[in-house]
Amino acid sequence: MSESWSLYIIVLTTVMTVGVIWVLLANRRGTGSVDKTTGHQHDGIEEYDNPLPAWWFYLFILSIVFGVAYLVFYPGMGNYPGLLNWTSVNKWEQENQKAEKTYAEIFARYRNISVDAIYKEPAAMKMAQRIFANNCAQCHGVDARGSLGFPNLADNDWLYGGSAEQISHSIEWGRTAVMPAWGQVLGDKGVIDTAHYVLSLSVASQEPSANREPSANRKPLANKEPLANRKPLANLPNDSSRIEAGAQSYQTFCAACHGADAKGNPLLGAPNLTDDIWLYGGHLQAVMASIQKGRAGAMPAHAKKLNADKLHLLSGYVYGLSRRER
Amino acid sequence: MSTNKPANSKIPVYDLDQDGSNLDALDFDKVKPTEIGEIDFYQKRERIYTRPIKGFYQRIRLLTGWPLLIAYFGLPWLQWGERQAVLFDLPARQFHLFFISLWPQDLSLLAWLLIIAAFLLFTVTVWAGRVWCGYTCPQTVWTSIFMWAEQITEGTRNQRIKLDAMPWHWTKLRKKIAKHSLWLGFAALTGLTFVAYFVPVRELLADVLLLEASHGAYAWILFFTLATYINAGWLREQVCMYMCPYARFQSAMFDGDTLIVAYDNERGEARGSRKITADPKALNLGDCIDCQMCVQVCPTGIDIRDGLQYECITCALCIDACDAVMEKMQYDTGLIKYTTEKKQAKQHARILRPRLLGYLGATLIMSAIFLFVIFTRTPLSLDVMRERDALYYQLDNTRFENLYVLKIMNMSQQDQDYTVSLEGLDNALIIGNINAQVRAGEVYELPLRVQMHSADLDSHRMTFTFYVENISGRNKAKSESRFLSPIPSS
Repeated sequence: MSESWSLYIIVLTTVMTVGVIWVLLANRRGTGSVDKTTGHQHDGIEEYDNPLPAWWFYLFILSIVFGVAYLVFYPGMGNYPGLLNWTSVNKWEQENQKAEKTYAEIFARYRNISVDAIYKEPAAMKMAQRIFANNCAQCHGVDARGSLGFPNLADNDWLYGGSAEQISHSIEWGRTAVMPAWGQVLGDKGVIDTAHYVLSLSVASQEPSANREPSANRKPLANKEPLANRKPLANLPNDSSRIEAGAQSYQTFCAACHGADAKGNPLLGAPNLTDDIWLYGGHLQAVMASIQKGRAGAMPAHAKKLNADKLHLLSGYVYGLSRRER
Repeated sequence: MSTNKPANSKIPVYDLDQDGSNLDALDFDKVKPTEIGEIDFYQKRERIYTRPIKGFYQRIRLLTGWPLLIAYFGLPWLQWGERQAVLFDLPARQFHLFFISLWPQDLSLLAWLLIIAAFLLFTVTVWAGRVWCGYTCPQTVWTSIFMWAEQITEGTRNQRIKLDAMPWHWTKLRKKIAKHSLWLGFAALTGLTFVAYFVPVRELLADVLLLEASHGAYAWILFFTLATYINAGWLREQVCMYMCPYARFQSAMFDGDTLIVAYDNERGEARGSRKITADPKALNLGDCIDCQMCVQVCPTGIDIRDGLQYECITCALCIDACDAVMEKMQYDTGLIKYTTEKKQAKQHARILRPRLLGYLGATLIMSAIFLFVIFTRTPLSLDVMRERDALYYQLDNTRFENLYVLKIMNMSQQDQDYTVSLEGLDNALIIGNINAQVRAGEVYELPLRVQMHSADLDSHRMTFTFYVENISGRNKAKSESRFLSPIPSS
C-alpha cells in the first residue's frame, strides 16, 4: 500500500473513532430540559430525553476499547503492522507447524514399517488414501485407475517398475518420458504399418479372454453377449501385409527402447506393447498418433512438496493398490 | 424489636424472629398494612429477600428438583460400551444418546424433538399453568440452591437485610466471601458438567485438574460458570420477568380452567391484623391477617393478593406460607390455593376441553411418529459423488468408464461389512473393490469405476442407482447417480 493510501486510512480511522466517542459522550447526559423531553414534536407526540441504559452505554465503551486495542495489536492502521506482527501467512505457518506436531505422533507409528509391508495396515492406508486424493487424484483419479495419458496404478503394470524402491523414486523425483515423433522418418504408410503391427501384438496376447479386470465383480448377464467376449480389438484391420511391413519398421526404429520382444524397458519407461494396456488409447488412430507425433509424459517430483512421512505412506499405498487382497 | 429498613426497599420489613421459618414467635399485632407502590417503567430493581418456608409444595419441589439435579450431574458419568453414554461429540459431528448415534443428517429429528417438547410444554401449561417454571425449570432449581447457600452463609431473611444495610466490616466481608465462594463453587461444578456433555468427562476432569485441558475447554467452563453464577446468584427472577419468552407467551395458553395460584379475595378481605383470640367477624375483617408472609417467601417478589400476574411462576410457596399462618390462627387453610379462574368465579369448571385435548393429541401423535422413526431408522447412509476430473473415460471406440466416489456412512454402533451393487445399467461392470469394512461411526470413501459398452448405452446421460447393504442385508441404503458418455440419445 502506498504511503498516501496508508495515510488516508489512518486519518479516516482516527477521525471515525474520535467521532464515535464524541457522539457517545455528547449524548450521555440529556439536554437538561425542564420537561424531560428533547423538544422534538411530531403531530403532538413528544420525545422523552432518556439517556442510554447504563449496560448499553458501557457496551459501547467496551467496543471502543476493544477497537483501539485491536488497532494497536493487529494491522489496521494503514501500513502499521501492529505490535503482534500478525499476518495471515504467519498464522498459516503456525497452524501448519501445530498440525505437523499433532500428526507427527501418528505418522511415527508407521515410519519403521517398510513400504512393501505398510499396505497391510488399514489405518495407515486410510490416511494414505486422503493424501492420494489431495495430491495424486487430479491426474490418476480417486481410484488410481488413471485416464488417458495418466497411468493406471492399480493394474500391476508398471512403466518404471513396480518394486517398492522404484515406486518411491517415481513419487519423490518424478519421471519424464519421451516417445519421439516418427512421422518424418516412417512416412504416412510406415506409420500405418507400424501401428498395425503394434496392435497385432496385443491381439495375440489377448486370447482367449483378455479383459483385464477380474470377473468376480461382474453383474450376472441377461440375454446379452458377455462383455468379456466382446473383443475391443475385434474390428482391427487384419491386414497381414501391413503387419509384416510394420514388423520391419518396428525392429529398425522401436526395438531400441521397447525391446525386440516389445515387452518394454522399465529403465526408460518404455511401455510393454503386448499387454493391451494403452496409456494414450488402444485404437488404431491413437496408436498412429503416438507413433507419428510422439508422446511426452511427465510425472512431477513430490520430494519437496510432501514430507518424508507422507511420501512413505503414499509409496506404500501405491505399492499396495494392485496387491491388496480383494 | 427494631426495623432496619434498607434505603432502596419498598418492602416492609418486620423483625419477626431469629429463625425466619419459625412462626411461633410471630406477633400479629405488629403486622402493618401493605404499601402499594406505583409502577414506573424505569424503576430500579428491588432486592428480594426471600424467607424459606416448609410445606407440602416445597416438599414436592424437592422431589422434582433433586432427581433433575442428580440426572444433570450424573449423566456424563454413565458409560455405554466403550464410550460415554450421553456425549455430544461436536468435532466428530455425532450425538450419542445411549443406543442411538445421531448424525448431522438426523438434524430433522432434533427439530422434531424440540417441537414435541414445546407441545408437551403447551399441554402442561393449558392444564396446570406454569408448573414447569415453579418446579422443574433450571432457573428455579439453581436459584433455590443459591438461596440455600445464601441462607447458610448470611443467615435468615432479616439477618441478610440487616447485613446489606450495614457498613462494611470484617464479619460482613467474611459472610459475603463465604456466600460467593459457595455460589462460584457450585457454578463451576455446573459449568464443568455442562462441558462434560461435549468432552468425555473422565478425560476432561483429569485434564482440568492437571491444567492440561484445551483453551477451549477452559473458556467454555469459565463461560458457563459465570453464566450460572450471574443467573442464579444475581439475575434470578429478572430472567423470568424480562428474559424468558415462555413467561410472556404462556398467557396465550391460559384459559379459565388453567390451574393458577390465587388468593381468595372474598374470604380474605377485608384484610387486617388482629389478635389471635379476636373474632374477625366482630372486627369486620376477612381471614387475611395481612402478615406479608406470602410476599416474603415469593421468589419473584410479587403480592399474590393483587391477582394473577405474569411474574407468578406458580411455585406455590405462598400457599405453604399462608397455610402455615392459617393453621396458627386456627382458620381453614386454602386462603391462597391452586384453583382456576372459573372455580373462583363459581362457574362450571372442567379439565378436559378441546384446547387441552388438541395439544395432548398433537403431542401423542408426534411422539409416536418420533419413536417409530427413531427405532426403525436405518443406521446407514450413502452419498454418491461423480468424480469431477473427467466427465467420462473412453477406453476405445466402444467402452466407456465413469468414476464415482461412494461415501458410505456407518451410523450404527457396530463395525459393518458392506457390499455395493447397482441397478439401472444393463451389463455394467463395476471396477474396484465392492466390499467395504466400515468401522462404527466411520465415513468410508470408496472410489469405484463403472464400465459400459456402447451397445448398452441408450443416451449420453443414463440415470441409475447404487445400493449398499450390510452382509446380513438388514440395512440397505441407495443413492442415485448418472452415467455420462458421448453416445447420442437414440
